[in-house]
Formats: sequence, structure tokens, C-alpha cells
Amino acid sequence: MFLFLGLAGVKMPRKTTGVLGVLAMAVTTIIAYAAAFTYFFGTDQGQVVDGVRQAIVTTDWTWLSFFKDQLVVKLGVLLDPISAMMLVVITTVSMMVHLYSLGYMSDHHGNPEKGFQRYYADLALFTFSMLGLVVSTNIFQMFIFFEMVGVSSYLLIGFYYESPAANHANKKAFIVTRLADLFFLIGILTLGYFTRTYDFLEMLSTPDKAQAAIATAGGATFMGCSVTAWALTFIFIGGAGKSAMYPLHIWLPDAMEGPTPVSALIHAATMVVAGVFLIARMFPLYVIEQGAMDIILVVGAFTAFYAAAVACVQSDIKRALAFSTISQIAFMMTSLAVSSSNSQLIGGHEAGLGYMASMFHLFTHAMFKALLFLCAGAIIHAVHSNENSRMHGLHKYMPITSIAFLIGCLAIAGIPPFAGFFSKDEILVACYEKGLGWGLWMSMVAGMTAFYMFRIYYLIFFWKKHEVHGEHEPKDQPWTMTLPLIILATVSCVAGFVPFGNLVTWNGAPLATHTNWAVAGASVAIALVGICLATVMYYKENPLPEKMKNAMSGLWTAAYHRFYMDELYQFITHKIIFQGISKPIAWFDRMVIDGFFNMLARLTGGAAYAIRRLQSGNTQTYVAIYFLGALLLAAITTVVILLI
Amino acid sequence: MEITLLMYLVPSLIMFGCGVYGFITRKNMIAILISLELMLNSVDINFAVFNRYLFPHQFEGMFFSLFAIAIAAAETAVAIAIIINVYRLAKKVDINDITKLKF
Repeated sequence: MFLFLGLAGVKMPRKTTGVLGVLAMAVTTIIAYAAAFTYFFGTDQGQVVDGVRQAIVTTDWTWLSFFKDQLVVKLGVLLDPISAMMLVVITTVSMMVHLYSLGYMSDHHGNPEKGFQRYYADLALFTFSMLGLVVSTNIFQMFIFFEMVGVSSYLLIGFYYESPAANHANKKAFIVTRLADLFFLIGILTLGYFTRTYDFLEMLSTPDKAQAAIATAGGATFMGCSVTAWALTFIFIGGAGKSAMYPLHIWLPDAMEGPTPVSALIHAATMVVAGVFLIARMFPLYVIEQGAMDIILVVGAFTAFYAAAVACVQSDIKRALAFSTISQIAFMMTSLAVSSSNSQLIGGHEAGLGYMASMFHLFTHAMFKALLFLCAGAIIHAVHSNENSRMHGLHKYMPITSIAFLIGCLAIAGIPPFAGFFSKDEILVACYEKGLGWGLWMSMVAGMTAFYMFRIYYLIFFWKKHEVHGEHEPKDQPWTMTLPLIILATVSCVAGFVPFGNLVTWNGAPLATHTNWAVAGASVAIALVGICLATVMYYKENPLPEKMKNAMSGLWTAAYHRFYMDELYQFITHKIIFQGISKPIAWFDRMVIDGFFNMLARLTGGAAYAIRRLQSGNTQTYVAIYFLGALLLAAITTVVILLI
Repeated sequence: MEITLLMYLVPSLIMFGCGVYGFITRKNMIAILISLELMLNSVDINFAVFNRYLFPHQFEGMFFSLFAIAIAAAETAVAIAIIINVYRLAKKVDINDITKLKF
């Protein structure tokens, strides 16, 4: 029965037409749904043993084998709660994006889009890599698919390869994530070397095994910390690169140069959560190594706040959404990190609450963020601009999009009964259990989320009457574009009622979830405050935002420039790395290494030039010299013999 | 009067010296070839004489002279052929004009 999933994995990344792509994607989606459904609700496979959901490996095929089987790289399909959930998320969003792209990519500012087939091929490649990533049975397979995801992301960001901005953006994305993947690889190798296995099941399936894996490392230490902690930290850096955690987030806002459906698929819903998925996959190890977990906690909490602050002032709709994504992913990371500390029952909640909440949020976030991005795509398609100064007052023209966007905003802000409420509430509860400070911090960020999302919403759809730019009035888009919006909006409304605690937990045992009304009430109140604030400031045109901007102009400018992180990177790469390191190395290479060989060549050439006049072509001269030489030799020989 | 080894070697040396001198100074390629033969013949004499006087019961030197004479005949034929070709090409056989055989 689970062989179906294999089919989902090997979906060929070559579809010549969009329709074929959509159909293939639909088949994949159905298969993945079937697999996930069978996994969660099937009874004939013995997935549930003693109330604990087992992980299942359907195929595991040895791909590479080195050093007489000491290092074996396998490819296989591993199905457990999180990978089944990810299958659903990826195929759903990907399906929506495929369908949506039929409409979105059909024309580009009025002209037929170039490279339509390339686009679908890239999308299919991406989906394939992502599916392969989530069903990986070992870290190496995961790393391979991690790279493939990076490559397909690079291709899709640079889809408009004629635009320099897109080229810069895809290079930046690729380099930054590549750098992070380097650390990931170091982490993998360290971990594999000391624990003697790369296999997830061997390493992680139960806490005992994880403990044993770490024990195998034998307490080897490096610079005061255990090697496993180092390895896990490096692996986290890899995940942070993909998931755009501070300070490796810089590529994500630029990645918005790609077509908007791509942003929805890759940079909102699926690829960027690969890092979260990675940490979740390695969770049993992280639980034991608290040092690595604390790093994740601090990075996650800071990123959540930082990205939310930046998102409050961005004028480009997609950039604002991108920072919102960073912030939400940081929520998931934080949630994972706080999950570890609850090693015993606290306040009626079990240990893995944060983990469950994180996965839940991953699921709901994928839905509503894809929805928001697809709405943004529809708007951009209608007004041909990313800047929200060109939008304003679109509510009258695009009612369906407007309502869908509103639902997305409500969901992300955490208003019941929309999806985000449930997952975010669980996260906040988990944070409060970790400590009051963390809880308050994350609540504040949640309030900011509500504020900036509604700021965007009002600026797009209200604020003032729309001035028509371009040749036609903006209007709702064709059905291929609105249908996904409607479906995703519906999902965003109801996804919160999925009994997630029964399905996805870190050790497979069901986890009872209770809505903590104190926390929930507080977070809803904060969200409402944020929304009200946004309503007051942005519902219709007024001078208030301008005044606030002037009052805090320094802060505003800094936030608008993303707190100068890009400039800092520019400075580091150009001034320090290029000038300070690369230049001396280049000089050394040119002057010393090249110089040495140039000198050899020059010496030989010079010597040859000096003696070439001896070769006159005059035979008799040669003979004369030959005789002289022979005489000289004879004389020398005679002298030597006489002396001896 | 007994004929000694030295009595053979001195004419041989004179022949060889003449050959070298002719080889270096003559401009005509035919004359150079003749000088070359002179040197070869002096060496042949040396072979035969050393064999005769120093190792009278062996014949390697004799055979070597015969061998060298045969080789010299063949070599002369080749050299004459080359000279004729050069002559056809350049209409002269002056060694100073044949300086193209360098790199």
C-alpha cells in the first residue's frame, strides 16, 4: 500500500505543458493524500503499537557504498507522522500553485510568457526534491535533496533571467544557502563519524536510541562542548540557512524577484520550512543536547521579533510578506526549542507540546501564507506593480481576492476560528511554560504580526480611492487563479480543527491538547489591539502614519533598510573578505606562484636566445667545434690520467 | 729493418690530419666527401695494425676494418645522392651556400 508513495517520489521532473504538469501534480497529490490517510487512519498495517505511532520504512535501497560498507549511502522512503504531514502540505500547496500558475504565467504584462514549459519543469523538479527531502531515511539522502531544493529554488528565483535583479537575487539565495549547507555537511560528517550511523531510524526512533547514539560518541569533546552538540549546532546552521533565520535571512526578501506563485510555493510554504523540518527530524538528539537547543531558542526568538519589526514598514507587498514568513518560521523554531525543556508534565501539558505546536503551525502557516502570496500575485497581476503605493482601494475591484486576503490575515493574526489561532496558541502556551519572559516576548511578536498584516491589507484594499494606472481596470482574475484562493481560504478557516495532537507528536504517542483560555484570550486580545491600531492608522487616508514616521524617523529608516543587514553583509564580503583575504591571496598567486614559473620559462627562453647564434647552419663550423671539443676531451683525459 | 707499429701509425695520423684539414677548409662538397674518406681509411689502417701487432691470434680488428669499408662505400653512395640533389636544387655544390638546415 505504501508503495504508492514511491510513485510520488519518482515523479518525473519533465512536463512539457502546463496542463500535463497540473495533471501529474494532481495524481501525485492524490497518491500522497492516500498515503498520508492510510498512515494516519489505516488499521491493517500495525502502525500503532501500544498507542505509539510507528515510523515505517517502505524501501531502503543502498545507493553508494564506500570502504567495504563502512560508509553506506542509502535512498529510501521513511514515513512517520511529520513526513506524512509534510507530504500533505507540500502536495496541497504545490497543487494550488500549479493550478494558479496556469493563469498567472499565461501572460506577462500583456505579452505571452516566455519559458512556460521551463517554469513547469522547474516547479515539478522542486516538488520532487521537496517530497524526497521529507521522506528521507538518512541524513545523507536529506542533504542531497536539500541541495536539489536549493538548485530548483535558484532556477525559479532566476526565472526572469533577463532581469539583473532576479540574477542577483538567485545568486544571493544560492550562495547564502550554500554557505549554510557547508555547515550542514560538516555537522553531518561530525555526527556520522561519532555516532557511527546516518540512519534516522537507527539514531532517532526512540529516546533510548538517541541516547545510545550520543553515548557512542563517547563524550568526545571539542573546545569544551561535546562533539554532538557541535554537530547539531552545525546542522542547525544548515537548517537556518534554508529557513532564513537571522543572520542568514538576507536571501529571502530578495528571492521575491521570482514569479509570485513561486514565492508562494517555495519561499512561503515549503522550502523555507525545510530547516524546521530538519530540526524536527533530529529532535530526539536536540532534546538531549540542550546547548544546541538554547542557540535555536535565542536565534528563533530574536528572528521573530526582528523580522516582524522590519515587516511593519516595508512598502513592497511581497517583501513585507517575506519578512512575515521569516517571523512565522522563527515562531516554529522557537516553539521547537522550548519544547525540549519540558521533560516532565507541567500544567497538564506533556513534554512534546512545543514540537506538536511547531508542526501544527508549520501546517497552518503553509496554508495561509500560500493563500496570502497567491492573493498578492493576483493583485500584482492586476496592477503590474509590487509597490503598495500603486494599489490602494482595490476592495471594490477585486472582492474575491480581498476576502481571501482578509481570511489569510485573520488566520496569521491568530483570530479564532481561523487556522492560525489554534497553532499559534499552542506555541504561546509552550513558550509560557518555558518561561514567562519567552511567553511575553512571543506574544508581543504575535501582536506585531497582527499589526503589520492588517497594515498591508488596508494599504492594498482601502486607504484611498484607487487611481487606475495602465490601460485597464484591475479586476478579479480568471478561475484558475481564484479557485486556488478559495480552496486555500477554506482550508485556512478549518485547518485549526484538525486534531493535530493525535496525529503528529515527536514520539508518536497521542498528545492531549487543551486550549489554554488564559493564553488564548490574551493572545487574541493582543492581536485585536494590533488590528485596531492598524485600522486606526491605515483604514482610510490620514496623516497619522506620516506623523509617526516623522516622529521616529531614525527607527523607521533603519527598519525600512532592514536594519542595514544587507549593507553589513556587503561590507563584510567586499571590504573584509574581498579586500582583506582574497586580494592578498590573489596577489600571492599572481606574484609568487605564477611568478616562479614565469621566471623558469624566462630563464630557459633567455638562455636559448643567447646561444641560438651558434647554430649557423654552416656545417664546417660545426665540424671545427666538434674537433676542438674532441681535442679538449682528449687533453683533459690525458691530464687526468697523468695526474693519477 | 723491422717494421714497427709506430711506422704504420704515423702515416695513419698524417692521413687523418689531412682529412680533418680538408674537411674543414674545402668548400666543394665532393672534396669534403673525399676528405671524409681519407679519415675513414686512416681509421681502417689503425684497426688492422693494432690487431696485427697487439693481438695477432685474433681477428676482430680485421673484420671491423672490412665492415667499416663496406659501410663507407654505402655511406659514400648516400652522400653522393644527397649532393646531386642539392646540386639540382641550388645549381652549385658550395658548402657555404647550404645553410638552410637549421631550425
